Amino acid sequence: MSQTIAISAQNVIKAFGHGEHAVRALDDVSLDIRKGEFFTLLGPSGCGKTTLLRLIAGFEMPSGGTILLDGADITNLPPNKRPVNTVFQSYALFPHLTVAQNVAFGLEMLGKSKSEVSARVAEMLALVKLDHLAARKTSQLSGGQQQRVALARALAPQPKVLLLDEPLSALDLKLRKEMQIELKRLQLETGITFVFVTHDQEEALTMSDRIGVMSSGHLQQVGSPKEIYTRPRNRFVASFIGETNFLPATREALGYRLDCGIVVQAPASQAQRVTLTIRPEQLRLVPEAEGDVPVKITNLVYFGTDTHCHMSLPDGTEVVARLQSPSDGESGLQVGQGIGLRFLPGALQVLEE
Amino acid sequence: MARPISHLPGFTPIAMAVFAALYLPLVILVFYSFNAGEDLAHWEGFGLHWFAKAWENDQVKDSTIRSLWLAAVAAVISTVVATMAALGTTRRARFKGQTFIYVMINQPLMVPEIVTAVALLIFFAWFKVTLGYQGMGYLVLAHSAFCIPFAYLPIRARLESMDLTLETAAADLYATPFATFRRVTFPLLLPGILAGMMLAFVTSLDDVVITVFVKSAGQDTLPTYMLGQIRRQVSTEVYAISTMLLGLTVVMLVAFMALTRKKD
Amino acid sequence: MSGAPLSGPSQAEAALAAKTVRGGWLLSLPALVLLAVAAVGPLLIMVVYSFLLPGEYGNVEWGFSFDAWTGILFTRDVFDDTLRLEDAHLSILLRSVNLSLLTTIFTFAVGFPTAWFIATRPQRQRALWLFLITIPFWTNLLIRTLAINEIIRAEGLLNNILIGLGLIDQPLQIIYTDTAVFIGMTYVYLPLMVLPLFAAIDRFDMRLLEAGYDLYATRFQVLRRIIVPVVKPGIIAGSILVFVPALGAYVTPRILGGGKQMMIGNFIELQFGQGRNWPLGAALSVTLLVIVTAALLVYVRFANREVRHG
Repeated sequence: MSQTIAISAQNVIKAFGHGEHAVRALDDVSLDIRKGEFFTLLGPSGCGKTTLLRLIAGFEMPSGGTILLDGADITNLPPNKRPVNTVFQSYALFPHLTVAQNVAFGLEMLGKSKSEVSARVAEMLALVKLDHLAARKTSQLSGGQQQRVALARALAPQPKVLLLDEPLSALDLKLRKEMQIELKRLQLETGITFVFVTHDQEEALTMSDRIGVMSSGHLQQVGSPKEIYTRPRNRFVASFIGETNFLPATREALGYRLDCGIVVQAPASQAQRVTLTIRPEQLRLVPEAEGDVPVKITNLVYFGTDTHCHMSLPDGTEVVARLQSPSDGESGLQVGQGIGLRFLPGALQVLEE
Repeated sequence: MARPISHLPGFTPIAMAVFAALYLPLVILVFYSFNAGEDLAHWEGFGLHWFAKAWENDQVKDSTIRSLWLAAVAAVISTVVATMAALGTTRRARFKGQTFIYVMINQPLMVPEIVTAVALLIFFAWFKVTLGYQGMGYLVLAHSAFCIPFAYLPIRARLESMDLTLETAAADLYATPFATFRRVTFPLLLPGILAGMMLAFVTSLDDVVITVFVKSAGQDTLPTYMLGQIRRQVSTEVYAISTMLLGLTVVMLVAFMALTRKKD
Repeated sequence: MSGAPLSGPSQAEAALAAKTVRGGWLLSLPALVLLAVAAVGPLLIMVVYSFLLPGEYGNVEWGFSFDAWTGILFTRDVFDDTLRLEDAHLSILLRSVNLSLLTTIFTFAVGFPTAWFIATRPQRQRALWLFLITIPFWTNLLIRTLAINEIIRAEGLLNNILIGLGLIDQPLQIIYTDTAVFIGMTYVYLPLMVLPLFAAIDRFDMRLLEAGYDLYATRFQVLRRIIVPVVKPGIIAGSILVFVPALGAYVTPRILGGGKQMMIGNFIELQFGQGRNWPLGAALSVTLLVIVTAALLVYVRFANREVRHG
């Protein structure tokens, strides 16, 4: 088992400031990242994801806990002694060096021979499709090209783990989409473990093998994109990734009784009072008599591909359903109309509080 | 044409008068240094006569060489220690005593020159008597010290505008702290270091007061030689020396501007 | 919910923090040593010297005495040992303060419009005008004094023009007067006033003027009620930067005052030359240092208050 773990963070704590004013950026975080996987740390700004990345890189020291790389303790090793490389948010390309010199930097520092360095640089530049720009100064490159140089530079020393700190945030939407595919390709081609930090849930869902969702210094849930999306563990994860509906309910012998009085089925839970969640696309509108719950339409918002239908349950709880827009754009629904709401089987999930 | 909102009546003429007043005396001084005549008071045509005369004067030659040597040595020493201090006082968590270091480094900017000069006279007089050493060491020490803030300020400015992630990136790419300094920090800091060294050089070259009080016999620098000449009789030779010094200052300043100019 | 117990930073963190502080001091050390030896240390020794007795041929004799300090303003009567106010000393001190204040006020009066002019030029021109102020700033003080000397001397440009215009028929005796020292100091210290004023005006938001005029202010009211209060830190900085070196001026009064119109700086020098009274020179220097330090402290307090309110 331990052979398959690349990074293991154990009870990691990072506090900034002293005494009364100390703030815990990371509060007892434990996490295993498997070899060769594309792992994403996802969370809002200030959740501690970048701090965790910097601790793995060695730019900061933890206030407590241990970090293992391939089973070896690297907690207090300086960054230059860790076989881990970083792609920085600002790229941090050396402005006084050319593209090729930037890529060669790590290899030279490792004391590789000249021929080895130049072969590897050529190989890396080919990998990121920048061979023709090897002699350029980095300031003469576009944002996307700089991004590729940063990647080539970090991959050149063949690190055991590549850390990427929101590397796509400075790019425009189109370029970002391109680079997402490019990154995934590079990860598959090199087989290197990628640890990717982002606050963009879509980016996380499309690229990752597994995602670790973080909030206020805690790891909220770790799992595959599908697990995270379809079976969110708590309210934070459910609402941070995608849109969702929350339905307060009470556990009963035959299922869960919603506050509007209707009993529905959902996975078992220990708690008496729970919050059920269901994604907007898992709701169906049916004639009032056929639905699980009778609802009243309060608003309709047209989004092009789909239409969001806002409804209120008999007890006043608001829910949103996402309906595919018909070809003429007319859903035939009207605000104020009463209609039946059906939950797709197995779509309701129970959240831990 | 409509006047811009920032227009204030009378300000532009005053500014023009100020620029004229600042430059007219310097222009006339330079102009008279090319006087072919013997007498300062009368213009007798253009000539390089006085420059040649100054050049042939051994005292001028000696003090020029001494000035340049002293300025170079003081600039190197002050720039080295100022670079170290700038590295020690920027871009790291604030620590106790940092204000003390700032005050110490900027102290020469705050104390009137005459006060420092007198204090050094007293201090070095004791050494001169006790050690019997009368050499250039005292001037080197004094100049190196008062040039420190001039070297420190541009270096610190450059350091503060430098992206700290570059050094983090170097460390990430297996560079040791020393390799990071040599391969990343130093090359990027170099323009700031050169700018600082230039200001230190000009500052040392310009100094009169402290040098007068610290120098031993026969250690005239160009400015103290000129002061000595002026005390007796202002001559065109002094004007010629002034013109050369002025030219050197302008050249250094242009180089300084080129080094510190923001690229964009 | 709360994590593992944690009392303060880890050992590694503490070690790193200690290393950072140690590194800061170690790197600053050479500069500090050099400054201690050749700048700050000697100042402390000078304080000690001000309490000693003058030596017969200069230097000092070891013996505690307040004479140097009383000697700043008083003389001891040779016959009855009473203290009398020394008019000559008093007039030198008063002249120094008066001339420095006048210089400060006048450099401000002409420096402010100049700084305003530079700061309101288009971006490209601004660098050029600023450079034109910087050149005199870095030009040797001696050269600048010599240049102004050339203008105001008996056969100089000023007198020639005045005679040419028929306003006077005898050259004016400006050189070797207080007026000459005042003109000279204004000339040499003007850039020191313009540069900080420019820095302050450069940050001034010109839209405030639009707001002022919009609210019915006249030009003068805008100047007095908006511009001056906002750029006050620059005004204070410029005033200190001129007043401090003016009070300690040595070269300019030496050349333009001709050794008669002494200022404190020349008076101090005298004690180490013909005066042969090192303790008095030291005491005068300490006095000058105290005045300057007081001015700087006032400035620091002002600047801090501006920051807090601004």
